[in-house]
Amino acid sequence: MSARRVDDAFTELPLRRLADAALQRARDFAATHADFRLERVRLGRLSLRDARLVDASEEEDVGFGVRVIVDGTWGFAAGTNLKIDEVVRVTEQAIRVAQVAKAMTAEPVALADEPVHHDVSWVSSYEVDPFTVTTADKVSLLAGWSADLLAAKGVAHVGADVRQVLENKFYADLDGTTSTQQRVRVEPELTAYGADADAGLIESMRTIAPPAGRGWEYLDGVGYDWQSDLDALPDHLAAKLTARSVEAGRYDLVIHPSNLWLTIHESIGHATELDRALGYEANYAGTSFATIDKLGTLQYGSAALNIVGDRTMEHGLSTIGYDDDGVQTQSWDIIKEGILVGYQTDRRMAAMMGWPRSTGCAYADSPSHIPIQRMANVSLQPGADDISTDDLVAGVDRGIYIVGDNSWSIDMQRYNFQFTGQRFFEIRDGKLGPPLRDVAYQATTTEFWGSMEAVGGPGTWELGGSFNCGKAQPGQGAPVSHGAPSALFRDVRILNTNSEGGR
Amino acid sequence: MATPQTLVETALKATTSDECIVIASRTSSANLRWANSTLTTNGVMSGSHVSVISFVTTSGGVAVASVTRGLTAREQVKTLVSEADAAARAAGPADDAADLISGSEAADWDADPAATSIEVFEDLSRALGESFARATRDEQLLYGYAEHDVETTYLGSTTGLRLRHEQPSGFITVTGKPRDLSTSAWVGQATDDFSDVDVASLDAELVRRMGWAAHRVELDAGRYETLLPPTAVADLTIYAYWLASAREAHEGQTAYSNPAGGTRIGEQITKPGVHLRSDPGLAGIVTRPFVVTTGSTSTASVFDNGLAAPAASWIRDGKLVALMSSRHTAGLTGLDLATGIDNLVLEVDGAKGSVDDLVAGTDRGLLVTCLWYIRQVDPQSLLLTGLTRDGVYLVEGGEVTAAVNNFRFNESPLALLNRFTESGETVRSFSREWGDYFPRTMTPALRIPDFNMSSVSLAR
Repeated sequence: MSARRVDDAFTELPLRRLADAALQRARDFAATHADFRLERVRLGRLSLRDARLVDASEEEDVGFGVRVIVDGTWGFAAGTNLKIDEVVRVTEQAIRVAQVAKAMTAEPVALADEPVHHDVSWVSSYEVDPFTVTTADKVSLLAGWSADLLAAKGVAHVGADVRQVLENKFYADLDGTTSTQQRVRVEPELTAYGADADAGLIESMRTIAPPAGRGWEYLDGVGYDWQSDLDALPDHLAAKLTARSVEAGRYDLVIHPSNLWLTIHESIGHATELDRALGYEANYAGTSFATIDKLGTLQYGSAALNIVGDRTMEHGLSTIGYDDDGVQTQSWDIIKEGILVGYQTDRRMAAMMGWPRSTGCAYADSPSHIPIQRMANVSLQPGADDISTDDLVAGVDRGIYIVGDNSWSIDMQRYNFQFTGQRFFEIRDGKLGPPLRDVAYQATTTEFWGSMEAVGGPGTWELGGSFNCGKAQPGQGAPVSHGAPSALFRDVRILNTNSEGGR
Repeated sequence: MATPQTLVETALKATTSDECIVIASRTSSANLRWANSTLTTNGVMSGSHVSVISFVTTSGGVAVASVTRGLTAREQVKTLVSEADAAARAAGPADDAADLISGSEAADWDADPAATSIEVFEDLSRALGESFARATRDEQLLYGYAEHDVETTYLGSTTGLRLRHEQPSGFITVTGKPRDLSTSAWVGQATDDFSDVDVASLDAELVRRMGWAAHRVELDAGRYETLLPPTAVADLTIYAYWLASAREAHEGQTAYSNPAGGTRIGEQITKPGVHLRSDPGLAGIVTRPFVVTTGSTSTASVFDNGLAAPAASWIRDGKLVALMSSRHTAGLTGLDLATGIDNLVLEVDGAKGSVDDLVAGTDRGLLVTCLWYIRQVDPQSLLLTGLTRDGVYLVEGGEVTAAVNNFRFNESPLALLNRFTESGETVRSFSREWGDYFPRTMTPALRIPDFNMSSVSLAR
């Protein structure tokens, strides 16, 4: 937590007055739970092509949602007009929704008990609010980077995009919890495009910088070495265009955190969401093979697999002080030495399981969406020993080193996945060799994590992540980070994407 | 709460920029969601947003800024205008500058915004309660979602435009599983107002499909004769459409690029007789017939707001004939202007019959319900990976005989449109993966002689 305060422009809104009106109306209808959430979410888009500005637009959503439990049934309604009579009307609408939905409710809704937090405040750790930086200054920085890339041999076109978010949440519930929070995040991406007309090939190469729970200082180099990432792009692009096409088969893999975070996200992060394990996403995002009966016994992976769920880590995209159920955020074990030991929950899920507390994973991406269980920063822990990526490579006779994420896909129960990457290098006799292309790795979750022989030490650990994990109906996005060390996997199936496509 | 028309006029009057475009939108939405045969979440939401796009002529060209806020009052819109005006003055000239579209007041400009409410589900909720009871008797569980939205957009400009568009959207999807969760089946339907949704017949179709799973067969990965129903064809075709940008093709980044430079416009990219088109006025999938955008991209420019978006052919008789562009990117690429449209139709000459007719004409093959987690693997070939889900069935001797395990596939929609051997009639469809965001499609069922099932998925 930083010493910053929540922006005056947000705290000056009539937050408590509106909350009181909503909660009183809910009491009138004997609601057993009610919460009022008022949010301001600002999104800045910045997009350049070939060093020229395409878009620098900005949008802000301001509104409120009221959620009630009446007669054991949820009701939710949302509006945008920040007036007392409107808040009362929307609260009555939420009650009406609960009444209409009663016919479909077989099990009464209950919530896990949680400590009450009176009037708490939380602000994420950042230095420069991106919305205080002029568009001219932002464009100047990105146009400079783009021009340098365009000047490099073999780069035909360059795309540069930065999404910036400032998120404010005010929450108040019938139990007396009241929180006011603010967080900032940025997602910069630069992509270089090239072609080899003689070979009939087109290719791209993207920066491997992760999105971060930081402000504009991130683009000025706080927490990331942009120059190294950008300087390397043209050579990596040229190498990919002339690289040998991989021979399909089975290989040992050393995977860099810039690629492995996404595999963790898809095959562990989503699979250990309790709402998925209980079937709540069966009609959309899908369920999980890691069902509740396997808690404490499922061999998820090798003994080197230790996974922690966390919403408190500095600069994590999922990090916040209190969740959208009013629960203080936490850090807890999900997989311990290869065994499934925990899930991500919200208050309702925790109560359904008879567990005493929620892990604090409720989140709504906008004031007009109902909170649901979303992902914590789910991270692979590094080993205690100081093992480097080179040390892992040294243990491989015939393998592939993979850096940067690209294509991703996993089935509805989180078993069968296929990932590609930004760049691939042959490993021969313990040493990195020439680049490869057309590589995809395909595996079943438990088999893949079971094949993880070793993880790198703390020196190899990096935080990756995504701005826009998708889930639920209506669809909601969520930002989330995943830390990982480099890791070594034995005997993984590698496809040649050219021959998969029949070429 | 000011009307959208008042917010537009207030903003246009307040602007100190040289030109200004104002977009006011009102959204109204209701939803019900259920799992394990009980309600899980629900909601009714209303929203009011205004975008102000300010244009300022400078010595170097026209500078622009676009700012959107959720707001409802006249004083708020005045503040928004001053922010957008100031941002435009601080911005450099825009590459996509062009004369704004001029016009006059449309006949429906004065009409109120449309709205929906939870009552749209009053009958549905009762019928679903009956389905839940039926499923409980049959030792089954139901999971699903119903959503109804109406968005009314008002676009005004200092060049006289006063355009209004009302867009209803809605859909229902239902997944069924036996209590032991050993298999899964799915049905889905798009609708504008739920008057055409018959829960009992959706439930009957679900029961029929779950009945097919009474017998199960495990099959290995490999190439199979595969019947893709209109839903799965929509899953794949929408992806191919989203990537059909003129600029990206021209700059060597997609399957529509000629690796030697330029685009593949004019090339035969699918079998003859295949047509891919969009038409905002097509009955059943009517959508907005003019451009509305709050930020410029490769396929839309803020300068083009209010520009007519007429019906467009993308693939005609197998030839690529157009790629999506703004006036600016049409100029950059030297291609004809073709604005993106929020609906899509795939048709095949001489096609007839339904997916059931294709089943009846199949000796041995797979019937796939729908596809999921579709992502691009190789931009150059438009190779997509993804999975089958919620119902893969074995067809033998013209009848469905068993349920089959799921598969991961690797296929390109362009390659499939070159290899299919039979097509059903084009019908209203609903994409499983993209329908929540792109519900207005019409597609046929297709027979693929050698669909590439890359590996088995254990998901059930």
